[in-house]
Amino acid sequence: MASIWEYANPLKFMRTTERLLPVVAVAAAVCLIGGLIWGFFFTPDDFRQGSTVKIFYIHVPSAMMAINIWGMMLVTSLIWLVRRHHVSALAARAAAPIGAVMTVIALFTGAVWGQPMWGTWWAWDPRLTSFLILFLFYLGYMALWAAIENDDTAADLTSVLCLVGSVFALLSRYAVNFWNQGLHQGASLSLDKEENVADVFWYPALVAIAGFVLLFVALVIVRTNTEIRARRTRALLARERLG
Amino acid sequence: MMALLRRDLTLAVRAGGGFGLGLSFFLIVVVLVPFGVGPETALLGRIAPGILWVAALLACLLSLDRIFSLDFEDGSLDLLATSPLPLEGVVASKAVAHWLATGLPLVIAAPVFALLMSLPQEGYGPIVLSLLLGTPALSVIGAFGAALTVGIKRGGLLLSLLVLPLYVPTLIFGAEVARRGVEGQGYGPPLLMLAGISFAALALLPFASAAVLRVNLR
Repeated sequence: MASIWEYANPLKFMRTTERLLPVVAVAAAVCLIGGLIWGFFFTPDDFRQGSTVKIFYIHVPSAMMAINIWGMMLVTSLIWLVRRHHVSALAARAAAPIGAVMTVIALFTGAVWGQPMWGTWWAWDPRLTSFLILFLFYLGYMALWAAIENDDTAADLTSVLCLVGSVFALLSRYAVNFWNQGLHQGASLSLDKEENVADVFWYPALVAIAGFVLLFVALVIVRTNTEIRARRTRALLARERLG
Repeated sequence: MMALLRRDLTLAVRAGGGFGLGLSFFLIVVVLVPFGVGPETALLGRIAPGILWVAALLACLLSLDRIFSLDFEDGSLDLLATSPLPLEGVVASKAVAHWLATGLPLVIAAPVFALLMSLPQEGYGPIVLSLLLGTPALSVIGAFGAALTVGIKRGGLLLSLLVLPLYVPTLIFGAEVARRGVEGQGYGPPLLMLAGISFAALALLPFASAAVLRVNLR
């Protein structure tokens, strides 16, 4: 029985992921294009919101990803701190900018939708505010990675920052609830059938979400492998200079 | 631990190490705000709690990089790390020294600055209380940020970027206490939350800071 820790070996990780990459990338493209076309053209308009509701197929998946990518970084940071597998730290590093972009997409599509619906681009609503704070956390995390030259030191420091940041991000999430009343509606998607949106919207949304997840996986694979190669090149160059 | 605390305090007071600097910065912000928004008493009174809290937060931020950087440069941090006192204790006492040199003067001076901001009478008790319970959290969280960036040359800007998001919950509850006080509502729950954040940060964060310092001293 193969253990998941085998993939801590960069070579094994690269071999496997490179075989997987075309599959994941094609699946991501199919799901994204299929889900979005389905959502945009083959679902009925909402009877009050008209066609603006269709931005939901980008907004909801990107918002979900923005939060879940931070969660993935938390897990990989923990693995790095406990088991010191370099691939894990590199995956966290590779995921951060994608998470930041997802946060921006969620904020931007939300603003575009909010202008006609709420009559404002931005409101200091708890959800909106906590997303802005999450974005600041991503920025700080990436800035710390960029500022430190030694790779292992950077991995250690950013991992601890990710752990502490997670606690404070959660705290902020509930603190802003306390601070202001919400304008944002509750969650539209739910595993509970009663609370969920109608099936016509649910299936294309599921496909779009799958597309975003697959896209994220493909991007992380590419970025992690690039970073592994860059490190190898640096090591080779250093060896040549010595030799 | 006491000796370290006394040393840091003496350094802060005598060597121009930020004591008084934070206070002056606080004063300048409070003086500048009325120029920006106009001298109307009602408006100033309404925004006073928030301005005082943001000013206190920025004044705290100003002196954060001094917590470890001087000791890191001249090597005394290495000595402290090898001393019998655990590094967690070093971090905690340095954070406490920072609070005594920066946070406590702000708390004591807050009523005077509140006067300048024409804070309504009911607000004085809550603003002092909230600053008293909230500024320790600012120092402890700041010490974590300072420990993260100690090895980076000119890390001041990065330090602000890392620490400010961590300050959000403290600021929210602190300003909420003061605002509710001004409006004459009960401010018990946010005050308890604020105290909870301060004590939890004081109890837990030195471990993270010490872990980070060990990496930086490697």
